Amino acid sequence: MAQTSHGVGGVGYDAKKRAWPAELNVFLALVILVVVFELIGRIFLGDSFLFNTRSDVSAIFNEARLQIIILQVSIVGIIAIGVTQVIITGGIDLSSGSIVGATAMIAMSFAQVATVNGNPNPKAMFLAQGWTDLPVIVPVLVAIGCGLFAGLVNGALIAYTRIPPFIATLGMMVTARGIAKWWSKGQPISFPTEGFAAIGKGLMPVIIFLSLAVLFQLIMTYTRYGKHCYAIGSNEDAARMSGIKIANHKILVYVIAGVLAALAAVVLSSKNLTAQSGMGVMYELDAIAMAVIGGVSLSGGRGSIIGTVIGSLIFGVIISGFTFLRLDAYYQEMVKGVIIVGAVVLDQWRQRLRAMRA
Amino acid sequence: MSDIVLKTENLTKRYGGVHALEGANFELRKGEHVAIMGDNGAGKSTFVRQITAVEQRTSGQIWFDGKEVNFAGPIEARTAGIETVFQNLALADDLDVPSNLFLGREKVLFNLGPFSILDRKYMRKATEAALIRTAVKIPNLSNTIRHMSGGQRQCVAIARTATFASKLIIMDEPTAALGVQETAQVENIIRTLKDNGEPLILISHNMRQVFDLCDRIVVFRRGRIVANLRKQDTDGNDIVSYITGAKTGEAELAA
Repeated sequence: MAQTSHGVGGVGYDAKKRAWPAELNVFLALVILVVVFELIGRIFLGDSFLFNTRSDVSAIFNEARLQIIILQVSIVGIIAIGVTQVIITGGIDLSSGSIVGATAMIAMSFAQVATVNGNPNPKAMFLAQGWTDLPVIVPVLVAIGCGLFAGLVNGALIAYTRIPPFIATLGMMVTARGIAKWWSKGQPISFPTEGFAAIGKGLMPVIIFLSLAVLFQLIMTYTRYGKHCYAIGSNEDAARMSGIKIANHKILVYVIAGVLAALAAVVLSSKNLTAQSGMGVMYELDAIAMAVIGGVSLSGGRGSIIGTVIGSLIFGVIISGFTFLRLDAYYQEMVKGVIIVGAVVLDQWRQRLRAMRA
Repeated sequence: MSDIVLKTENLTKRYGGVHALEGANFELRKGEHVAIMGDNGAGKSTFVRQITAVEQRTSGQIWFDGKEVNFAGPIEARTAGIETVFQNLALADDLDVPSNLFLGREKVLFNLGPFSILDRKYMRKATEAALIRTAVKIPNLSNTIRHMSGGQRQCVAIARTATFASKLIIMDEPTAALGVQETAQVENIIRTLKDNGEPLILISHNMRQVFDLCDRIVVFRRGRIVANLRKQDTDGNDIVSYITGAKTGEAELAA
C-alpha cells in the first residue's frame, strides 16, 4: 500500500477471495466417483473397488486395478494433452484420431522385421529393398514428421484461410483416415522390431503419458507460449492488439497437437504390435471429452493439463468401475455421454455463480 | 517546438465519399491533458484511429516526439510510446492482472523462442508498482479479470497503458460504462497521471469530467476541429454551442 495525492493504490490481499482452482472440483468429482464404486462394491458384491482383498498378496490397494485405470486412458490421454492446448486457444481438433491411424500405418512400415521365425514377414509392407530392421529412431522420427505435417496443414488452414477449426480439422480427419487405408490398401502391418515394441510395453504408455503431461503443464504455466494460448482463447482481438502473432501461434498449437497424436500412434501400434487403418477411430472425441470433463472450457481461455489428466482418470475409473460391477460395455458409453454433458453444465453453473458473487 | 509531444497537420480521413476527418491541426504539449469533445460521428474516434494507426490516413502529417511518423499499424505506434485505452477493453478475461499488464511483452528469464520462461516474479512486482503509481486498487492480483467489476477492469486497462506509455496516453471514453464510484476511481487515476506529468488525450462526453481533468478542450464537429479552447477561457455553455453548431469556430481559429 502506498499513499499518493489521490488515494491509495496497490493490492489489498484478501485470502478469502483467493480463487478456488477449478482442478480441485474435478479432483473432488474423481474421489466421489471412486467412493461410489467402492460403496456399491462393498454393499452389493462384497468386494472392494480400490483396496486389495486377496490374502495371498500383501498390498493396501488393488494395484492391478489402479494400473488398468490409468493404462487404458494413457494413449488417448497423450492426444488429450494436445487437444487441451488447442481448446484453450479457442479451437478444436477433430483430426487427432485419424492422425493416429495414418501415422500408425506409416510409422509401422518403417519398424518391420524382415523375417519371423526364419520365415519372411507374412504381413510385410516393405517400402524398398532392405528397409527392414531399422533402428527404432527411424519409425519414431517418421511418426513425428507425419504429426508435424498434419498439424502444419491444420494450423495453416485455420490461420490463413480463416475457416473455422471445426471444418479444417474435419477435413483432415477424413483425409488422414483415407491415407491410413490407402497406405497398405487396408492391410494391417505387423511384426515390429524389438526396439519399436519396447515403446508400448507394460507401463511404458503410462510413463510417457504422465511425463508429457508434466512437461506441458509446466510449459502452459511458465512459458510465453502457454500465456499466449490463454490470451488468444479468452480474447483474440485483445491478443492481436497486444502484438501477439496470432497466426504463428495457432500454427504452433496445431503442430504440437499433431505431434502428440503421432506419439500416441507410436505407443498404440507398439503396444498392439500391429498397425491397422481403423486405429484411433473416435479417439478425438474421447480426448475432447477428457479435456471437457477436466474443466477445459470449449469457448477457450480456461482449463489446464492437470485438469485434463484428472478428466482422463475419471474416464478410466468409469470404465474400470463398470467392469468391476460386471455391467455391459453398452452402459459405459451411455454413462460417458451423460457425464460429458453433466460436466459442462456444472462448469457453467459454477461460472455463473462466481460471476454473481464478484 | 521541443515540448510538443504530438502534432498533426491537415490530418484527413475519407471513407469513400464520406469526409470523416477534414484538415485537423492539433498540438499536444508535454504534461498537458487535452479533452476531445463532439457529437457522435463528429470525428473524435476517427482522429484517434489515425494517430494510433488503427487506420491509415488519407492525407496529412503527424509528428510524434519530435519526429515525423508514419506508423504502419497500432503495434508500431505502441512501440513508439502511444498507449490507447480502447472503448472495448482490450483485456484477456481469463488471465490475471500481471499477465494482462504484460500481454504481448512478457518479461522472460531465458529466451527459448515461444517457449521462453516467464519472469513471473518480476512481472508481479512491476504490476504492484504500477498499481501503486496509478493509485489503482485491486483486491487480488491472481484473480482473473473475468471476476472483476467494470471499474476494476477499466483500472487495470489504464494501469497497463500507464505502465508502458512513457510518452502519450489516449483514452476513448474510459468511464462511459461505469458507475459513479468507479468513475471517481478512474478520474483519480487520471489525476495521478497528471501529477506525474504524463500527457493525455481524453475523449469524453462528460462535461464536468472534462473541466475537472483537462487543461484544454478541442471540439470536433462534422469532421472538423471547430474549437480549441483553454479551460479558463470557456465554460460548459460555450462548449455545448460549439458541439451543436450554434457557434462556429472558423472566425476564432482563423484569428
